[in-house]
Amino acid sequence: MTRAGWIRLALIVGALALLEAACRHGLVSRHAVIPPSRMIEGAWNAIAADETRADIWLTLQNVVLSLILSMIVGTAAGLMLHKATRFRRALDPLLASYYAVPTFVFYPLFIVLFGLNRWPLVAIGFLFAVVAVIINTLDGLARIPRAFVRTAAVMRLTRSQYALHIVLPAAAPWFFTGAKFAVAYSFIGVIAGEFVVSGAGIGHAIAFAYNSFDNRMMYGLIVLLFVLVGSVNTLLSLWERKLYARRAGR
Amino acid sequence: MSAEHLCLTGVTRIYPATEGHAAVHALGPIDLSLKPGEFFSVVGPSGCGKSTLLDVIAGLARQSAGTILFEGKPVTGEVPDGIGVVFQEDASFPWLTVFDNAAFALRRAGVPDAEVRERVRHTLAFTGLSSFAQAYPAQLSGGMRQRLCIARTLVTRPRLLLLDEPFGALDQQTRLLMGDELLKLWRETGATVLLITHSLDEAALLSDRIGVMSARPGVFIDLVETGWARERDSRLAAEAGFGVVTGRLWAALRDQSIKALAMAS
Ligand SMILES: Nc1ncnc2c1ncn2[C@@H]1O[C@H](COP(=O)(O)OP(=O)(O)OP(=O)(O)O)[C@@H](O)[C@H]1O
Ligand SMILES: [Mg+2]
Repeated sequence: MTRAGWIRLALIVGALALLEAACRHGLVSRHAVIPPSRMIEGAWNAIAADETRADIWLTLQNVVLSLILSMIVGTAAGLMLHKATRFRRALDPLLASYYAVPTFVFYPLFIVLFGLNRWPLVAIGFLFAVVAVIINTLDGLARIPRAFVRTAAVMRLTRSQYALHIVLPAAAPWFFTGAKFAVAYSFIGVIAGEFVVSGAGIGHAIAFAYNSFDNRMMYGLIVLLFVLVGSVNTLLSLWERKLYARRAGR
Repeated sequence: MSAEHLCLTGVTRIYPATEGHAAVHALGPIDLSLKPGEFFSVVGPSGCGKSTLLDVIAGLARQSAGTILFEGKPVTGEVPDGIGVVFQEDASFPWLTVFDNAAFALRRAGVPDAEVRERVRHTLAFTGLSSFAQAYPAQLSGGMRQRLCIARTLVTRPRLLLLDEPFGALDQQTRLLMGDELLKLWRETGATVLLITHSLDEAALLSDRIGVMSARPGVFIDLVETGWARERDSRLAAEAGFGVVTGRLWAALRDQSIKALAMAS
């Protein structure tokens, strides 16, 4: 681990120890925050119980569905928009202000459209994630250096060779950024949806624990969520770093 | 194949008008014939259409009028087989090693692996990059990256090599040495070379013949024969004939450069 990594770890452990001490000595109300050790216990209970395990599993499925859909649709839409220069120019300001729209207001609409099942949740996650993928795809494509395009022409590459061997690697860093956003936004979209109107999933389980004053379960689930999102992000970053370690400097 | 390797007649390029911009007559009419294996350089004031000329010859842009024959076949906005281009900008692929960069075109063309290895190894040795075969472009200096771009083009064995200010980013000493390398490559491969350069010295040292272009729209106002032997290098700079050539180039260019400057302001 790097020096910065150790410092980060020390900071987190230190903060947790501080919180633990504060809770145990009554500096923080037990009704508001429970000691981290209890949270971890809660997290373990959540994994151990069949019901919450089913919730976690369901949420993960929905997040992955939203992620896959937004990556496929977002990349395809980005590619098409890149070709349709005029249309793209007209659309640009709309894309830029997209995240000012509170996507969640469409939730009731999706329930009407899809029924009370997983698809309204997936749709919210998808809506949240897809535009980040589109924006990053467009960005990546626009930044392919002109010299690469001309080099490809001089080498008389076919269209598929050009796509596979020039566009893909040249725009890969942006596809990656898009993917990382899509992971985060899919989680946010799906869980926030579950939190508001759903009968299952991590979001619902957290809301349920909250309503029944089950602090240990609530914090346990939140801790689980942190670990989940954190590890997915760390894995993505490690993969990315491995890919680009040696081509830095441009 | 005809006696001329490349033959341009009345070649003109006009950038069409766009919203808010009038049409730009950038180039021509240009008449030019290059013999097989000739080293030809183009000098001219900034913005006179040198890069436009290269684009049109390479088939990267379509001429507005005139005909271009490469090995007897017309070129019209598509890159013909047998042409290699080194651009002014760094075009090395940062996601590939030096070796894979150099092998790129051959692999896409389906050349067998053993032959790719052999040709790449030979070209990298030639361009002084052998010990960096497994390095990435980010780990090279600017001059080495430019050499890599030259290697990547040479490995395809182009019969016509087009170079647009390939040494523009280098200091004077390195430029001279790279020029010597280029002469060696040219002798070994027997390719026809068309070099665009800002440097009158470089043109005078390297070329069999030099075309001097006018301010925009660029046309050739003088064609200077150097008469150098095929075996030559940068030590030519010390000879009396060298000063005669650069003197003649500058005499032709001075007025045009003044005109180009006035046009720009
Ligand atoms: N895409 C374009 N649209 C309109 N005009 C253009 C375009 N590209 C080039 N020009 C114009 O054509 C002229 C010739 O450009 P070109 O790049 O060929 O010049 P150059 O001789 O290579 O210049 P330099 O020595 O600075 O590289 C310039 O005046 C430029 O403004
Ligand atoms: Mg130019």
